[in-house]
Formats: sequence, C-alpha cells, structure tokens
Amino acid sequence: MSEQETEAGLAESLLRRAAPDRAEFEDLVIVPIFAVVVALILGALTMLATNVDLPTIGKSYLALVQGSVGSLNALSETLTAAAPLTLAGLGIALGFRAGLFNIGAEGQLLVGGMAAVITGFSFPGLPMAIHLPLALLAGAVAGGLYAGIAGWLRAATGAHEVILTIMLNLIAFRLVDYMLRLPWVQREGRADPISRSVLTSAELPRIFTWLDPNLRLHLGIVLTLAAVLLVHWVLFRTKLGFEFRASGAGPDAARYAGMRAGLLIVIVMAFAGALAGLAGANQVLGVLGRATPGFSSGIGFDAIAVALLGRSHPWGVLAAGLLFGALEAGGRQMQVSAGVSLDLIGIIQALIIAFIAAPLLVRAIFPWGFRRAAKAPKE
Amino acid sequence: MTAMPDTPDTPARPARRLDTAKLRQARVAGWVLMGLAVMVALVFARDSAGTAVFRLSRPNDPLALPDLVVAAAPYNYFAAALLAFLGARQFMRGGMRWTSLSLGLGLFIAVTAFLVWATAGKAFSLTGMLQATVVRAVPIALGGLAGVLSERVAVVNIAIEGMLLAGAFTGALIGSLLGGWGGLAAAVAMGGVFGFILAALVVTYRVDQIIAGVVINLFVLGVTSYVSSQVYQEHRFLNNAPVFAPVKIPLLGDLPVIGPVLFNQNLFVYGAMVMVAVATYYLFHTRYGLRARAVGEHPRAADTLGINVYRTRYINVTIAGMVAGFGGAWFTLGSVGRFDENMTGGRGYIGLAAMIFGRWHPVGALAAALVFGFADSLQQKLALLQTPIPSEFLAMAPYIATIVLVAGLVGRARPPAADGQPYIKE
Repeated sequence: MSEQETEAGLAESLLRRAAPDRAEFEDLVIVPIFAVVVALILGALTMLATNVDLPTIGKSYLALVQGSVGSLNALSETLTAAAPLTLAGLGIALGFRAGLFNIGAEGQLLVGGMAAVITGFSFPGLPMAIHLPLALLAGAVAGGLYAGIAGWLRAATGAHEVILTIMLNLIAFRLVDYMLRLPWVQREGRADPISRSVLTSAELPRIFTWLDPNLRLHLGIVLTLAAVLLVHWVLFRTKLGFEFRASGAGPDAARYAGMRAGLLIVIVMAFAGALAGLAGANQVLGVLGRATPGFSSGIGFDAIAVALLGRSHPWGVLAAGLLFGALEAGGRQMQVSAGVSLDLIGIIQALIIAFIAAPLLVRAIFPWGFRRAAKAPKE
Repeated sequence: MTAMPDTPDTPARPARRLDTAKLRQARVAGWVLMGLAVMVALVFARDSAGTAVFRLSRPNDPLALPDLVVAAAPYNYFAAALLAFLGARQFMRGGMRWTSLSLGLGLFIAVTAFLVWATAGKAFSLTGMLQATVVRAVPIALGGLAGVLSERVAVVNIAIEGMLLAGAFTGALIGSLLGGWGGLAAAVAMGGVFGFILAALVVTYRVDQIIAGVVINLFVLGVTSYVSSQVYQEHRFLNNAPVFAPVKIPLLGDLPVIGPVLFNQNLFVYGAMVMVAVATYYLFHTRYGLRARAVGEHPRAADTLGINVYRTRYINVTIAGMVAGFGGAWFTLGSVGRFDENMTGGRGYIGLAAMIFGRWHPVGALAAALVFGFADSLQQKLALLQTPIPSEFLAMAPYIATIVLVAGLVGRARPPAADGQPYIKE
C-alpha cells in the first residue's frame, strides 16, 4: 500500500518538475538568463583560481561565443552536437512524464548505435533510399528493445527501473566491447576494437556542403526536429500520450480509469529507448562513421540534464539540447584558441542547471530584477 | 491506497494477489535453478577434466592450510544434481517459503561449479581472490551506505558518484601536501561539504532531489577534471599522495583464509566494516536513528512529535556525504595515490544499486557490494586462467545476476515512504 503512496509521491514530484503550474515569464526567461550569466561569472572565478590571467579569460569567453554561434561553421557544429543530446533527452523526458526515471539512455544509445553500424556496413549495394532508413530503423528498434527489457521487468516484477537501467548500461558497455572484437564486426587488419566503416549509402548526408564543403551538419538535425514534433504530438495530441501523462501524474487514478499500467510502462520505455537508439544511430551514421568502445561518450548521461533542464517538454528539451550543443561546440573552440580545458564547460553546465532548477536560489542571490521579493511558494 | 472502492470483496483480493505473486516468484526461481542445473551439467561438468586445486594459504604462513583439491567432473555433476533438486523443490507444495534461500544457495553452487570448471587441471589462489573481493567492495559499500543514510531521511542521493569523486580528488590533493591522514580528513570533510550542499539544495531551496544529485555529479566531474587537466599537468607534485599500507591485526591476521581476507587490509576496509556496524546500530537501535527513520517515513508525523525535520535531514545527509568522501579517498589514498579524471567510473551508481539491492539496510548494502566486488575480482583473476568464455561476458555476469535477483527476489523492495519528497513545514 505505502509503496503505491511512494510512487504517487514520486510521480507528483516528477510532474511538478515536468509541468510547472503556471509558465511564469520570470521563471522562463529571467531565471535562465541569470543562470547563464552567473554560471559564466563563476566559471571565470574558477579560471582565476587556477592561475588563468584576465586577458586569457576574456579570450576564452570570446572563443566560446565564436565557437558556438560566431560563424556558419560554428552554428553547424552547435547543431551537430545538439542533435543526439536532444534525441536522447526527448526519450528521458518521455519517461519523466510517465513517472519513470530512465538512467539507461547511455546503454540504449550504445546498443542502438551498434545495430546501426552493423546494418550500415553489412549491405553493400543497397540504394541509399533503402539502406539509410534501414540503418536508422535498426538503431531505433535495438534501442527500443533494449529499454523494453527494463520496462518489461519493471512491469512484470516491480523491480526498480533505476537499478535495472544502471545494470543494463554496464552490460551494454561490455557488450559493445565484445562485439567490436567479433571477426565480422572488427575492421580488417586491426587489432584494436574498432568496427568496419559505415558504407556511404547508409551515412546521414551532410546537408550544407553546397554552402561550404567543411560544414559537418548532417540530416540528423532534421530527424531531431521531426522527433521533437512527433513527441509533442504523441504527448499532447494522442490518447497514448494522455495515458503516459496520466499514469505519471497519478498511477492509481490511471489504473482505476482502466489504463493498463504495465503495458504503458513497457511502451514508454521502448519509445524512450528507440529515441536513445536513434541518437546512437545519429552519431555513428552522421558523425563517427564507425563504432569504438564507449562511442556514446556520455551523451546518455548529459541527456538526463538536458531533459531536466527542458522541464520534460519537447520544445524545452530542444532548447536545452541547443544550449548544451552550443556550450560543447564553443568549449572545443575555447580549448583550441585559449588553451583552457574543455572540462570548464562541465562546470558551467552544472551551474546553469543548478540555478535554473533552483529559482529560489537565484531570487535569493538577485533580489532585484524580480517583481516580488524572494519567498517560498505556498503549497 | 485509500481510494480503494469499498466493495465487500476487497479484503480478500490483496491477499490472493500476494499469494499468486509469491507463487509465481517461486516458479520463476524454480525455472532459474533448473536452467542453472542444465548449464552446469552440460557445459561445466562434461568439460571438466582432472582436478581443480585451490590454494588457501601461502607456503610461509604461520598456520598453513593444505590446498583444497576438488575432482572437477564429479563435483560438477553433484552440483548439477543439487541445483536440479533445489529447482524441483520450488514446484512442490510449500516451495515458495524457500524461494530466497534456494535461489541464493543455487547461485552460490553455480558459482563454485563455474570456478571448479575454470580451474580444472590448474591451480588458483582462492584467498587472493577473496582478498581482492573485499578491497573492491569497499567504495561500493561506502557509496551504498551513504545512500542508505540519506534515503532513510527521504533524500534521494544520486550524488553519491560526485561525492566519491570529490573525496578521491581532495584525498589526492591534500594528501600530497599534508600526508595521508590530512588527506583523509580533508576528503571526509569535502564529502561532508557536498552532503551539506545537497541538503541545502533539496531542503532549503527545494530543488528536485534528482536534479540536485545530477547537478552535483556534473559539477564535481567538471571541477576535478578541469583542475587535473589544467593544473596537474604542470604541477605533478600536487598529485602524488602517500598510500595507506595494509595493517595486519595481530593473531586474527594469522588465521588461514580469514586472516588475509579480513584482518590484513588497509584502513579503508576496516573503516567500511566499522561504519556499516555503527550505521546499523545508529539507525535501528538509537533514538536518533528512530527519529531519522521517522522523518523518512512520515515527516509530518515526525514534525508533529517535535522532531526537527529539516535539521535531521541536514545532519544525516551531511554524514552520508562524509561517508562517501571517505569511500572516495579509497580510490587515491587507498590504492594508487594519484587522481585521474573520472576515476570513480560509475562506482557511485553501482553503490546506489547496492543500496536498493540491499533493501535500504546498511548490512544489505554491504552484502550487495561484496557480490559486486566478488564479480569484479573474479573477472580479473579468471583472465589468468584463460577460460574459453570471453572476459566481457564474465564482466557482465554480476550485472545480469543482479537483474535476475532484483526481478525475481527483491521485487518490490520498499523504499522509505517519503523518499524523494520535499517537506514543507506548515
């Protein structure tokens, strides 16, 4: 009994995070701006504390801006980095909406990426119109099935999805390491674990090479936008989406209303896994062209932050994904031209999330700029 | 839930549902055991030739035990028969009473059968592996314990990973400057600081607990990676801390097998054992522990009775952070003396799993951590024996076993009732 109460409580807190009662202008615009500014100031203080001089700090922030939005190439890099974060973040957001905490995006991304790579190099001679969709589909299906395991176990046995997805992540890492050494996956003549290259017919084509042949932005960004629209449509315009949100908001109420809670959990997890798998496919088919151990490079974990930052709303997730992509791309430029480690970006990202998630904290630091004085919201 | 419709048949329904669930669990366990029996008989027993030699002590130990010599094939057929019996027992009347015990015993038998098969015709130091098991379990157990302490006051602690990493980093930095004890104290203090920050974020600023945890993890990873790539590259002396050597406890340390495994270890192993004992006593046998648990189960009731909910949460989460900081110091001061980027490598998340697996109990978390540590060391040692199984699958085995156990056994383990909810005083 009390376990259900706990679930209801958890769902309630998830819902509060997912759907703020009133979309206040202050919370949606002023707080994020303050968050970014304060995070950048604190980042500068961190640099000062580690003996970076002031001109270099100025140079590195200039590089951060130039590297993320300063040129056509920078914009292309930002969007390229944003696509997988947004895709995986959408999956996690979907889970939050339904009251599930899916830490497993990293594993689903790896499994999906592997499936896409294998499909991508296995069928020489297929025309692109068939091969590319097939590889993407393979990624989505593999990610969906892999997450479906967690969903099914959760629904059938009540095992905690957090522990299940953590374990599946760890398993996926080993599985990829193992597969990369299989003779029919490993690249010919190589001793290190690396897969064969994806054939051109399965690559996500770059879409702006007619402007500048160096632009890396590929079709994955269109896929990402389509996914945002799809998730928005499913979540807010279909019966299934209503059931997701209802079972997240009140599992008991949803059950008494005749919704099949177990089935919904499986569907949500599979859907989320498919999106994460698509993010993996997006990486290997659009950016890397092959798979190596740990090719997910933490995208699945960053996506948790993206989903939280986007308040589990499809458009919010897209905005958060773009912000993180910009920081990623700008950070690389910063490392190259100012010699400041890329890891600084991690600090800035963490601070931005902290301030956005804690409007009370921002109001306490900056009492001006808000109409009302800082005060606790009444329940 | 209270919303249950008030029809006459409701009292009977939950009981029946519970029964079928247990029955099904018993059945599933039965099938798992049968499957293990078949695997042991067909794969391990048929393929085992000769004898397996397990070394229990080194030649110059004061109380040397003779080597344990097992005839491989007979033992494995015996193990398969035993597993089949345990599996069949699950389908008989009353079998469900023994589900947990049978499954635990069955997995243990299967592991021994596997070891015998892998060692057949060779020799293998059992004591060495068990020693490594305990060492590798330490950070996971301490992470799990930190999780237990904070979730018992209803604060979900995803930040264990970050706290471990902060402890490891601080231990290496201060340890290099002030020596081992200074480093350890600083690591514990730094863990406490992040515990306090987590408490401040979730209790005072009412940030969502999972977000707060993710933020701390990201922040610590960012800061430690940034400093190690920005500063340590030039100033290597800042990242060269002394390592705590194993301390042998007189007499007990000379016991065969148990001595080297439990009583000839470094500070961190003893510390972890003591902390688990103290935490168990604190949570379940003192009035402060009772108050803490009350805050975790029903904060409003606790508040009504005059317990300061906020202060209790602050104190317990800070202590949890200190425990995790101590566990983090293991990575640097307890093993290599040097900090590497992201060196905890997800051990905090495994600690979280150990906590859930151990049903929110310190001893349970320790036991679960030992299972993970055993698998970790088994995988490492078996690489030397060159089994035909790819090492990746051995590395996966503990996680698959965890999934099976969590799904089949622990099932709906019950977290503290108010877990994850902020409390707002009226």
